Amino acid sequence: MKAFGAFIRKEYYHIIRDPRSLLILIGMPIVQVILFGFAITNEIVDAKISILDKSKDAVTQEISNKILSTKYFLLSEYLEDSKQIAQSFKKGEIKLALVFEDGFAEKLHKNENPSIQIITDATDPNTAATLSNYISRILVDYQGQIALNSFTPGGIKVVTRMEYNPQLKGVYLFVPGTIVIILMLISAMMTSISIAREKEKGTMEILLVSPLKPFMIIVGKVIPYIFLSLTNAITILLLGVFVFGLPIRGNYFLLFFEITLFIITSLSLGIFISTKVKTQQEALLISLMGLMLPTIILSGFIYPLESMPKLLQYASDVIPAKWFLIMIRNIMIKGVDIRYILNETLILLGMTVLLMMLSIKSFKIRLE
Amino acid sequence: MKHKYIVQVSKLTKKFGSFTAVDKISFNVSKGEIFGFLGANGAGKTTAIKMLIGLSKPTSGDAIVAGFDVVKEPEKVKYKIGYMSQKFSLYDDLKVFENIRMYAGIYGIPKKEINSKIDNLIQELGMEAMRNNLVGDLPLGWKQKLAFAVAMVHNPTVVFLDEPTSGVDPITRRQFWEMIYKASEKGTTIFITTHYLDEAEYCTRASIMVDGVIKALDTPKNLKENFGVKSMKEVFVKLARG
Repeated sequence: MKAFGAFIRKEYYHIIRDPRSLLILIGMPIVQVILFGFAITNEIVDAKISILDKSKDAVTQEISNKILSTKYFLLSEYLEDSKQIAQSFKKGEIKLALVFEDGFAEKLHKNENPSIQIITDATDPNTAATLSNYISRILVDYQGQIALNSFTPGGIKVVTRMEYNPQLKGVYLFVPGTIVIILMLISAMMTSISIAREKEKGTMEILLVSPLKPFMIIVGKVIPYIFLSLTNAITILLLGVFVFGLPIRGNYFLLFFEITLFIITSLSLGIFISTKVKTQQEALLISLMGLMLPTIILSGFIYPLESMPKLLQYASDVIPAKWFLIMIRNIMIKGVDIRYILNETLILLGMTVLLMMLSIKSFKIRLE
Repeated sequence: MKHKYIVQVSKLTKKFGSFTAVDKISFNVSKGEIFGFLGANGAGKTTAIKMLIGLSKPTSGDAIVAGFDVVKEPEKVKYKIGYMSQKFSLYDDLKVFENIRMYAGIYGIPKKEINSKIDNLIQELGMEAMRNNLVGDLPLGWKQKLAFAVAMVHNPTVVFLDEPTSGVDPITRRQFWEMIYKASEKGTTIFITTHYLDEAEYCTRASIMVDGVIKALDTPKNLKENFGVKSMKEVFVKLARG
């Protein structure tokens, strides 16, 4: 045990004597949360629109006003001619154009279903879809109002409630996602690099000749990173709660437990990578390309898994981050208890055990 | 001790697939000997050493090191041996005394002894002024001397040195050999591989390995007489050419 203490102390020196890496390790999570929290948001505000109102009556006026009074839209200009629409799109002045047909109010009163054309700039498909959704919602809302006022029978009133995140805040998505990325980065990438460094420099040989058991060498290399990862996870959570008003509705211990589990999964991944590579560069490359990229794309952090081709959906099942992300979102935002995320927990646990066994096996082979 | 020799090797063999890197080598090394293990690159020296220190499993044959079988009791062997590899074996981002403390620590030397051990070692090496320097900032010669001292920190019965003097200037090489002699006088057995054949002259006995087989093994004096040449270099060239 004393021997183990001496080894851990050495690891501690490695980390604090490399201020640049340390700064990245501590600073990056903070910068990332703030960047993701403030800069990347799904909500679109102040999108410029043009309106071509061929009817110019009280109803179209009312609808226009209603749309422009929201925080989502700003009027660029009223157009007079449909030819102008293409022009203003090309100039990049507007994201969306509204066209009211002739005799709008009249048709409405006669129950003839007048139409509004929504034209969007779909060079950015997400924005286009979101904006046209906003407009549709406002129109449905307006229809509900007039139906109520005129007591016309029929007509369906749609009441939408955005459960768990009524304000549709992006941070609800990004804070858990950032935790996943950071933990993956520190736990998997840093450990694989740190073990690869000992191999590359030749010090691993000396350690293996010493009475220190191979298993202990690995545990010793990993322990400092467990602490670093936990510190970072807590920092990100605190930032999320106090800066962005993210709730933690579930049990703290459960959250802590799942975070620790995921850290151990990532560490096993890092160890596994390190048994397969010879140099730090290889370790870095494999961690980045083989871990970070699939994690970002296939975990459901940014892109919804449901909209991916079936093949990619199956591929995402082997990404540990996917399961962790489901759990952490459920615990924090929905406040569920262990019963609801038992499957995910077991899957992650199984992955961890498997990876551990694989790395122990390949570590031994290397010694032969 | 039940074994007469410190290193006792019989028919030790290592095969990688169909390639035989080490082919049934046998030799014994006595206590306090400086045993030179020579051979061209790829002759199988490093593979042989790796089997003796427990980094590689022999395909067949036996090796007893410091009284223990390297295959059956590798953990016991580990406490008795020191090792300095071709690659530099200290941590650049640790200070001189921290490197010593760390290696002393992993060999289980009690805390109380460690501090006096550090002081003694640093004094012997004449590195008092560099005690708190990072090892990465030291000149190569100092690093190698420190690495040797660290390999000896737990008073091993036998120390394996794999090309410890490559890339070091002649003066430092000289000092290095003085350290080796001192250790040998104290009863430590030295097992050394080297590229510098003038160094082979300093060994008590030297073996020359060619293609996985030990072609010659004797004192430098006898080797030179047998081959009728004046230096170890000529002995080596004669053997290596077949």
